[in-house]
Amino acid sequence: MRYLPKSPSDRDAMLKEIGASSIGDLFLSIPSEYRLTGDLNIPPQMGEQEIVNLFRVAADRNANGYASFLGAGAYRHYRPVVIDALVQRGEFLTSYTPYQAEISQGTLQAIFEFQTMICELTGMEIANASMYDGSTGAAESVTMAARVTRRSHIVVANTVHPEYREVLKTYAQHQGLTKHRVGYGVDGRVDMQALEAAITDQTACVLIQSPNFFGVIEDVAAIAELAHSKGALLIVSIAEALSLGVVRPPSEADIVSLEAQSFGVAISYGGPYCGVLACKEKFIRQMPGRLTGATVDQQGRRGFVLTLSTREQHIRREKATSNICTNQALVALMTCIYLTIYGKAGMRELAEQNLAKAHYAAQTLAGTPGSKLLFAGSPRFNEFVLDTAEPPDVVNARLLQQKMIGGLPLSHWYPELKHASLWCATEQNSRAQIDAAAAVIAGKHAPALAYV
Amino acid sequence: MATETTTPSNTTALDTNSAPFVGTRSKVSSHISQNEGLIFEKSSPGKKAYRLAPLDVPAIDPQALLGKHAREDLGVLPEVSEIEIIRHFTRLSTWNYAIDLGMYPLGSCTMKYNPRVNEMVARLEGIADAHPYQPESLSQGAMRVMWMLQDCLKEITGMDAITLQPAAGAHGEFTGILLVRAYHESKGNPRKTILIPDSAHGTNPATAAICGYQVQNLKSNSHGMVDLAELEHLVDEETAALMLTNPSTIGVFESEIHKIADILHAKGALLYMDGANMNALVGKTRPGDFGVDVMHLNLHKTFSTPHGGGGPGSGPVACKKILEPFLPTPVLVEKADNTLTFNYDRLQSVGRVRMFYGNYGMFVRALAYILANGPDGLRQTTEDAVLNANYIRAKLEDVYDLPYKTPTLHEVVFSDRRQARNGVKTGDIAKRLIDYGFHPYTTSFPMIVAGALMIEPTESESKEELDQFIDAMRQIAHEAEENPEIILHAPHATRVSRMDEVAAARKPVLRWKPDTAPESAATEIATSSKTPPLVPATAAKEY
Repeated sequence: MRYLPKSPSDRDAMLKEIGASSIGDLFLSIPSEYRLTGDLNIPPQMGEQEIVNLFRVAADRNANGYASFLGAGAYRHYRPVVIDALVQRGEFLTSYTPYQAEISQGTLQAIFEFQTMICELTGMEIANASMYDGSTGAAESVTMAARVTRRSHIVVANTVHPEYREVLKTYAQHQGLTKHRVGYGVDGRVDMQALEAAITDQTACVLIQSPNFFGVIEDVAAIAELAHSKGALLIVSIAEALSLGVVRPPSEADIVSLEAQSFGVAISYGGPYCGVLACKEKFIRQMPGRLTGATVDQQGRRGFVLTLSTREQHIRREKATSNICTNQALVALMTCIYLTIYGKAGMRELAEQNLAKAHYAAQTLAGTPGSKLLFAGSPRFNEFVLDTAEPPDVVNARLLQQKMIGGLPLSHWYPELKHASLWCATEQNSRAQIDAAAAVIAGKHAPALAYV
Repeated sequence: MATETTTPSNTTALDTNSAPFVGTRSKVSSHISQNEGLIFEKSSPGKKAYRLAPLDVPAIDPQALLGKHAREDLGVLPEVSEIEIIRHFTRLSTWNYAIDLGMYPLGSCTMKYNPRVNEMVARLEGIADAHPYQPESLSQGAMRVMWMLQDCLKEITGMDAITLQPAAGAHGEFTGILLVRAYHESKGNPRKTILIPDSAHGTNPATAAICGYQVQNLKSNSHGMVDLAELEHLVDEETAALMLTNPSTIGVFESEIHKIADILHAKGALLYMDGANMNALVGKTRPGDFGVDVMHLNLHKTFSTPHGGGGPGSGPVACKKILEPFLPTPVLVEKADNTLTFNYDRLQSVGRVRMFYGNYGMFVRALAYILANGPDGLRQTTEDAVLNANYIRAKLEDVYDLPYKTPTLHEVVFSDRRQARNGVKTGDIAKRLIDYGFHPYTTSFPMIVAGALMIEPTESESKEELDQFIDAMRQIAHEAEENPEIILHAPHATRVSRMDEVAAARKPVLRWKPDTAPESAATEIATSSKTPPLVPATAAKEY
């Protein structure tokens, strides 16, 4: 086996040193009736070439070479090649959690830079070293708010990503939390009247998403005022992190739960992604997840350590803020490199391109016969809801024939939005793709697309 | 102290009667290490590392489209060039220890080789670009990878059903205990307590708590195993499950595992297995055969997906048929025409634990690892992991105290009892190991061993690397007898010395700010700290 660095004579010599007559001796503590005598029924050992071929075949059975207008929590952005060149360095790829600070300063400093950039983008004072993803991050921030306020009632906007809400339901069910769902108005934003009625003096937090699941930017300041008037915290979940390049940060929030996949992380059929929590500094003791802090060594030189671990499970056990241990460190590093590449000017330029592409796509697709843009007057980033004359499945089937993947039909989660689908246009969508999609929606024969 | 500052470089370490013993570090030499500031400190307006394609649609005015929601400024985000980015992160990377550099014997963490073909196939176009909401008809390749991995993991664990959705081990525990709870609820009573041995990982009790259970501590017996009498005494009709790590955190296989399962099952309780130590069992025995009802796996331990400085992980949960109805949605199913589909329509499901389908990129890597090994390779892998641990045990037990003499599998746990007589603790020995070119073992865990040195070599180490490790550990034991000072202030050969963790926690500096750069903030911490520096400034020089 090519990953094993021992020759048969090495093994014999070692057994001899141990005083064992055969390798079997070392497994005698396993009761004989449970010891396997034959091979596991799994595929036989393969050479590297066979493995690569197997996965190439799998990859080719996926939507390879299609133009796509899907978003909805997983965003198609260009990934600069520098990211993979750097994260595949073995010192980043094959190191463990940086508990031994003296030989982990590379990872620690990168996390410190990551935390800084996340604070800056979200308008929060502190950020952790990452969570699994946006959905579990949102759920953890809700339980965090319940600990901070010592309250158990939570209010959740129906415009939060439906799968995030499902995860929250799973997390909240055994923690004695009661949930109140608030719908959306004709503008596609949280129904403020319903929200006001839902918040009580027992409400721990209000969870919203902005841009929300429909791509509409919420009025964070107004919602914060409502929440704070009853002593509740406001949690803002952000699924499309790139929006922060051009959309004002939710500084009025108490906790921001960000999914940073947009920052240079491959879509990879849904994971691994990079959740991260940011919040006001006063909530630090209730924050879950690892934190990196600056300090000095014995000679006064700057260095970094994992800090405030008394919140965590390996110290507090059942009294910990969360059971989270492994996080998404390497993915956080990807996002850190991405943010460094685009930086202060590039993040804005890229976000503005997304805004422009989505604006053009929304206008163009809504201009097809029988189609209209829902929530048209509300501010958006790179997603919009399109209502079509035909059911979205019919439109999408036609698009697929032209190697295009259309918007995500919404009626599964929002039965009232019968013919609506959620579209996303990023810097990866060319004008030609958008025009071609419009032609197919209109039932015209689309011009052949030359894909890059 | 004098020794450290005056001893010449490693190969000529003194071992004479005139000076205290200092070991010979044969694995490493000193090396130039590049200094590098924070990226923000390199930033200067106008520098760029990107160029976008020209906009092919009409430009927009963000202010006009977004109104009061338009952003004004991006604060301290850096402005640097591409070469600076490459150098910055490359320099940082060289400050890390890694498996690619040498043995990483962290007990319980299974730091094994991460094959590069795994990285390559996970980045194939069509896999890396697959969108979770693209039509199932155009996702059959991606789904087939999940199906194959599920089949392999069910076979390896001897279980009937599986979910790949959990994002890491602790998340898998959460999912597994939710299954347990749903099962009991379906019988009319969720029950109240989860039994957890005192040797367990901290995630176990934390998981039980967030699932709404009380934690009941189960003492280990003198062999470091579950005390059967105690178990029998504690299990009752309110016990939901026992969360058992097998082999345990001291590397011992619970030889009476079937009795443990019987005791639990007799009272209707379930057996949950923490699969963190599965690297000791793959291909040799199967949890499903010895009575386990539900367990999680850590793909980033047993199945070689990279730890990446702390993640991402992946924590599939495998279970017996009785728990299958409760698995998270969606569940992958194969249709009559051999195509795969996700089933969301499952009334008894515990719900979702993560959006989409889990850390998919890790599934690709784990499957590539399994295919590269095959049944014979996986068995040999387990045998080598156990061989390595027992070799270390045999070669060190005359100098380090072995609190449990029970036969061990993939890891060995010593205690610092003998070295502590000279004031040298497990954490100090660990730091000294860094000077010898190794990553430390796991310190102070499991808690049933006072001053634990928890060593898990994995199968990835050659005899030569093991011999160097053993030599280093023996020399440190020698130093502990004759020159404890050098251990107490280790590491000496790293670019930074021990960090002031007290100051870091007392006044946390968690981000960089342009006005109060962490340098000054940290200096402030250091000067305000009541803890005096442990060593004079000269002590950290290479010796």
